[in-house]
Amino acid sequence: MGRVRTGSRLERVLRSGRFAVTAELNPPDSADPQSVYERALVLAEVCDAINATDASGANVHMSSVGVCSLLTRAGYEPVMQVSCRDRNRIAIQGDLLGAAAMGVRNLLCLTGDGVQAGDQPEAKPVFDLDSISLLRTARMLRDQGHFLSGRKLDSTPKFFLGAAANPFIPPYDFRPLRLAKKIEAGAEFFQTQYCFDFLRFCQFMNTVRSMGLHKRAYILVGVGPLRSAKAAEWMRSRVPGVVIPDEIIRRLSGVPSDQQRLEGKRICIEMIERVREVEGVSGVHVMAYRQEELVAEIIEESGLLPRRWISELGQTNPCEEYNI
Amino acid sequence: MLYPFRRWLNPGSRAERIFILLERLSKIPLFDCRMCGQCILHDTGMTCPMTCPKNLRNGPCGGVRSNGHCEIIPDMPCVWVQAWERSKRMPEYGKEILHIQAPLNNSLKDTSAWINDFHLLQKMTPVGWDE
Repeated sequence: MGRVRTGSRLERVLRSGRFAVTAELNPPDSADPQSVYERALVLAEVCDAINATDASGANVHMSSVGVCSLLTRAGYEPVMQVSCRDRNRIAIQGDLLGAAAMGVRNLLCLTGDGVQAGDQPEAKPVFDLDSISLLRTARMLRDQGHFLSGRKLDSTPKFFLGAAANPFIPPYDFRPLRLAKKIEAGAEFFQTQYCFDFLRFCQFMNTVRSMGLHKRAYILVGVGPLRSAKAAEWMRSRVPGVVIPDEIIRRLSGVPSDQQRLEGKRICIEMIERVREVEGVSGVHVMAYRQEELVAEIIEESGLLPRRWISELGQTNPCEEYNI
Repeated sequence: MLYPFRRWLNPGSRAERIFILLERLSKIPLFDCRMCGQCILHDTGMTCPMTCPKNLRNGPCGGVRSNGHCEIIPDMPCVWVQAWERSKRMPEYGKEILHIQAPLNNSLKDTSAWINDFHLLQKMTPVGWDE
């Protein structure tokens, strides 16, 4: 899968066949680097790479370039999310170079939520590129070493390219083909939207396996805890692309409200255990809005860590670096 | 067929104005055309991708609602759900929905897609795009 050694630690983990864990860091509404480091500290212990979101849900926070630069300075491994909603091709290509210069090695190329989803719906949506043309542009910068205009780069950025997948929404039968299209455009790993609908996910993976796509890119399944039945209801009606089946909401509302948080965590851990068994799944991507401590608890309790400790020990073996 | 008339069919010519008028009269009522000047209706099951609020030309985004409607305009069916349904019914061009489309050339907006196609301007992707 892929040819380029990018120096990405996430790529190394995935290529070695280990089950990868990534987690989402929600950029702060602050100009203080410490607020990024506080969150990163909690996550870094339990995951291989930290995703820095790019104004997710069209709500403005610290930029993903800024967060990633802080993270690489402290030696963390970020995945920089790039969305096409707020910047045109000129700004995006410049940001990619800047990020690469700051040591960012993983990109997640996204189309982005519409501005209407956020708290400033009157903003101008850009969408000059889309996720697929962005992927191909990033690959072009890396492999061919020039801008979209054809102008040469003096040195090329080394990126491990990622994209999003959402198997849970229509048109269901087109979703695996879209995955293939993204692979063709340069995607080497995928992080999916929240998986609560396990049956739908299995159907999607069946098609993916029959097309052999799981051998051409690594698939990390998105999971996350629901805080309460009310929060779940809010999420499925307000956050674009999130599908939560009724039985999950029933299960949450079936327990007293003070225990719903615990139940949400339990559902998430069960989901991790289930998706781990699915052939073609290379890891999980844990997301929880502003609940970084909870993410760490979930990863610890889902039994992903013992295997990772062994693998971390393995990293001290200098030979391994060259075997991948 | 139009080849003998190529001298008159230049972009910016008087003939183009007639073409633009013809395209406006035909494609706007039929496809809700936005006159991007780079028509890819064949690749999208004859569904204009420019009517997508995100102007996506490479397929549906990750925000389509469970009922197949648009994330941004809840009452509108997703353009790409329709494009996929229609592509499946097109024997000849149905597979073209899998083509990777180059980013839009914004300088061709409000020009004639037919004349652009004739002069291969429509294939005018960013210089660095071609591999």
